[in-house]
Amino acid sequence: MNIPVLQTYQLTIGYHPTRRQQVLVCPAINAILYPGELVCLIGPNGAGKSTLMRTLAGMQAPLEGTVRLGEDEVRDLPPRELARRLSLVLTERIDAAGMRAIELVALGRQPYTSWIGDLSTQDELVIRHALQQVGAAELADRLLDELSDGERQKVMIARALAQEPVVMLLDEPTAFLDLPRRAEIMAMLRRLARDTGRAILLSTHDLELALRSADRVWLLPKGGPLQTGAPEDLVLSGAFEQAFRSEGVQFDSYTGSFHTRTAASGVVDLHGTGIPAIWTTRALERAGYCVAPGGHTSPLRVELHGEHTETRWHLHRASAVEVFESVDGLLEALKKF
Amino acid sequence: MTASTTSLSTLSQSSIEATRLRHTSRLKILVVLSLLLIGAFLLSLATGSVTIPLDQIISILTGGEATRATWTTIILDFRLPKALTALLAGAALAVGGLQMQTLFRNPLAEPYVLGINAGASLGVALIVLTIGSTGTMLLAGIGLMGDLGIAAAAFIGSAAALLIVLTAAARVQSVTTLLILGLMFGFAVSAMVSLLLYFSIAERVQAYINWTFGSFGGVTWSQMPIFAVMIIVGLISAVVLTKPLNALLLGEHYARSLGVHIRQARMGVVVSTAFLTGSVTAFCGPIGFIGIAVPHLCRSLLHTSDHRTLIPAAALLGGIVALLADLVAQMPGGQVVLPLNAVTALLGAPIIITLILRRRSLRTAFAS
Repeated sequence: MNIPVLQTYQLTIGYHPTRRQQVLVCPAINAILYPGELVCLIGPNGAGKSTLMRTLAGMQAPLEGTVRLGEDEVRDLPPRELARRLSLVLTERIDAAGMRAIELVALGRQPYTSWIGDLSTQDELVIRHALQQVGAAELADRLLDELSDGERQKVMIARALAQEPVVMLLDEPTAFLDLPRRAEIMAMLRRLARDTGRAILLSTHDLELALRSADRVWLLPKGGPLQTGAPEDLVLSGAFEQAFRSEGVQFDSYTGSFHTRTAASGVVDLHGTGIPAIWTTRALERAGYCVAPGGHTSPLRVELHGEHTETRWHLHRASAVEVFESVDGLLEALKKF
Repeated sequence: MTASTTSLSTLSQSSIEATRLRHTSRLKILVVLSLLLIGAFLLSLATGSVTIPLDQIISILTGGEATRATWTTIILDFRLPKALTALLAGAALAVGGLQMQTLFRNPLAEPYVLGINAGASLGVALIVLTIGSTGTMLLAGIGLMGDLGIAAAAFIGSAAALLIVLTAAARVQSVTTLLILGLMFGFAVSAMVSLLLYFSIAERVQAYINWTFGSFGGVTWSQMPIFAVMIIVGLISAVVLTKPLNALLLGEHYARSLGVHIRQARMGVVVSTAFLTGSVTAFCGPIGFIGIAVPHLCRSLLHTSDHRTLIPAAALLGGIVALLADLVAQMPGGQVVLPLNAVTALLGAPIIITLILRRRSLRTAFAS
């Protein structure tokens, strides 16, 4: 279980804008992928996530260092052999008129089929099985143009799976999906990694989801160095905050999410518990208030009363009390203040 | 993985059945297309300034005697080489167009986007328009040289264009760059032809324009082996490229990740298309429309993007369309012969417009 399937040694990534020049994106990357794990590659825009993915896939030469798949260097493997060990899901949109989902997944068997691409019974089974594994068996005979973005992504993942690779690399697989679909795809990828023993590395912008789903995270700050570890360790060490620090945005280690930092309009003393309190806090922070837990002394105090679905917001201000039936009302009143 | 040990759901079983049905219906369409091709071929032998009965044609083709000796001459010396040329040229242009549309992932791509056609035009223009500085003597000389001179010029022009395109194909990173280079090369060469035309005398311009009309009638029996071999080589290489072509439907990045050696595949497709279109342009002139339209017709007829089906289908349908276009150009019963290129476009454009309007629903328009 602990034999690495993919490993980088002092990998320096970058590109050549012209023949003479070279642009260094990130130096000295040493990272490992183990079988059966789901790893999320995250980092701010422009840090080089795509460059790293392309370099790992052998689509782009590293400036220095090596990427090894098992014992072999990625750049030395013949295309067909590489395709049997490593498969990709990219962000580019497939627009093949008249192609059906099953035909797309069948293309994943190309590294194994004869010169004309005829499928054996074994190939057929692998294809059907891949569709089942991503929960898309019922999409088999649908045309690609008819699929929603989420369905299409599942079929693309099934195609990558049909290659029966050791490592799957996915570039922003959740980018065009709505929230429930993102969670669904992530959960599915996690299950795939576990069940099939393949290593899955995906890049994503969806930090909260990555923190919740990934076995390990590869964190790529601008200019490097790449840091790897369990998501929680990277939060606790402050690496996250460091990587995403920029003007106006702040990583909140409590919630694992981002806040836009606005000039504080004041401190609110919040009395209340449970889900209403969490959402009231978010609303107040959005409005620019610093929320202090109950007991703090502040000229502004908000108390939550009543049941979960029938919460009333009591706003105490200079010995006057106003009662609101919604967060919206509370915020309106604070604005006038 | 242990897929073989996993039982497939009943859902998959019914889908497997659906796949099988699709294969059978595609096979049926291919058989129908083959029969239509034979029909169009015989029809093209039968019609013309004199109509020859079918049984006579068959007896002539099988080496027997016809009731009239002239019929044997008409069939063997005129109509048979012409029909063979139309069949081969149609197949070549359709398969060339299919390959270009797949390589460039562009529905507007056609066999001529590589600039090979433009190269051939320049070759012909140079011969027809510039050889001999004065007088009509040399023009007659060209006539005496026969169409072989024009074919040779077109061939050299295509080959030169091919060399340039190949050099580009080996160097450029992106296939889009290659497409733009091909188009720009075509524009530049066409401009040179325009200049040559501008400074030429009317008779020579007319001779050039006649070449651009296109014709299947120019290939003699002595030229036929070269023509046929070139096209068969091109068609066979297209078949050999079936698997990479299917992978290229997903774009070059995905194709590479599926184990396709991109540069080799790109070269193969370019060379195959060059063989196909270069020889057609050299021997028949720049015949338009078949190359862009027939692949689309095949896709909507067979509901597939799989080249294992599309390549034979395009070859068959290309042959049929070329034979029919030639029939119409002859204006059966009339004495006038219409320009072939005008016929292919006038007949084909409405068909394609109908197809595209019917297929492009609002949904696909909003999806992308």
